[in-house]
Amino acid sequence: MSDLKFTKDHECLRVEGNVAVIGITEYAQHALGDLVFVELPKVGASYKKGAHFAVVESVKTAAEVYTPVSGEIVAANDALSGDPELIKKSFEDGWLAKIKMTDAAEIAGLMDQAAYDAYLKTLD
Amino acid sequence: MKITPLHSIHEASGAKMGEFAGYEMPLYYADGVLKEHEWVRAHAGVFDVSHMGQLLMFGKGSVQVLEKLTPSSFQNLKPFSAKYTVMTNPEGGIVDDLIVTRLSEDVFFVVINAGNKYRNIDWINHHLTPTVEVLPLEERALIAVQGPQAEAALHREFGIDLSELGYMQLVEGMIEGANVFISRLGYTGEDGFEISIPDHKAEELWGRLVQNPEVKPIGLAARDSLRLEMGYCLYGHDIDATTTPIEADLRWVMSKDNKTFIGADKVGLPKRKRVGIKLTDKGIAREGAEIRSKDDKKIGVLTSGTFSPTLKESIGQGYVDIMDAGIGTEVFVNVRGNNLAATIVEMPFIKPKTKAAKK
Repeated sequence: MSDLKFTKDHECLRVEGNVAVIGITEYAQHALGDLVFVELPKVGASYKKGAHFAVVESVKTAAEVYTPVSGEIVAANDALSGDPELIKKSFEDGWLAKIKMTDAAEIAGLMDQAAYDAYLKTLD
Repeated sequence: MKITPLHSIHEASGAKMGEFAGYEMPLYYADGVLKEHEWVRAHAGVFDVSHMGQLLMFGKGSVQVLEKLTPSSFQNLKPFSAKYTVMTNPEGGIVDDLIVTRLSEDVFFVVINAGNKYRNIDWINHHLTPTVEVLPLEERALIAVQGPQAEAALHREFGIDLSELGYMQLVEGMIEGANVFISRLGYTGEDGFEISIPDHKAEELWGRLVQNPEVKPIGLAARDSLRLEMGYCLYGHDIDATTTPIEADLRWVMSKDNKTFIGADKVGLPKRKRVGIKLTDKGIAREGAEIRSKDDKKIGVLTSGTFSPTLKESIGQGYVDIMDAGIGTEVFVNVRGNNLAATIVEMPFIKPKTKAAKK
């Protein structure tokens, strides 16, 4: 069972101290298809929970990614600019950004793996 | 939603299905749009385009009806030759784009778009003369086989030798005991064919084609990126009822011998023109994005845009003011509030490899 937390919009995150590492779920990757471009946030920028902070683009569509927690960007995964398909390799390779959380309590509302799996079944 | 005769084959092969023009159609199969796109450029792909409208127009005076409906000339079109053209409305706008093939003196095979198919058949019917009739071929499927290995695959699988068939030419043949029309044309810029076949034979044709290792099924997503690399128009996006053939840079479909088509008096000097656009900044520009001049004034809108799998660049087409339409003009395309640098370029974005282009 993974230690990731999930949102209804198919973002996922891993908590590392007061930093959240944010990516998109396998479901989202699959729904998008071939990934060809990623727009990442700038380090130092601040976002409120629910704000659009990154864009993942496939051949057909651009998908906005929303941050599940508020805070300041402390790292962006620049390796994705050269190879957006890295997103699909693993969470360790394909995370989008790290955000220093201003309110760790926001994590409480996120789903764990079991809850997210159950949620996905309701979508089909 | 409507379906095509190949619907269950698409579902069985794991296609991601989606709505297009009121039909549930395959968007892409297991390999995904990028691999499908590259496969067609390198090998051959088979596309279900049965949602498109197929018609016969026949009777004395068919040429005159076609020359009323479209700005082209059909007097001298040879039997079994096809022509790409557009139908125009009284304002000179485009009702639809279509392919018309002459089968004999007074019989034409017409393929129109899926979107507004019935409205457009009504439009044609409305302009018929007493001796001309239109027969929608509702019970026929349309299958496109496109790519450098298309001819070889059809030869091996069905024993049909198409080596002598020219670009934009049609030949009648037999496949699976059924009468088919095979036309050497397509929407990809590759050499290839469109096969009109009775719908109850479509599954057999499709099944036998994809048995060949060089032929893979291709969805509408790759069909769109393939046609966009060629700068072909998609009706409802790059051309519509408000764009004239001249604005759309389709002057080449207009004949100097035809001055009496519907809307002829309204198709004059254009204020804007359809152009190709390539991003020089990173990013992807899509339909609806504003095109802006270097001094940041709006000069037009993108009508199609995608990531080009061949060029690995963002390409698109759109309409800009005629003064800004010169090849090489540097512009911006506004993507999510950011001005990305772009250049107006010639279309097609890559060289066509159709049989005519190879000569």
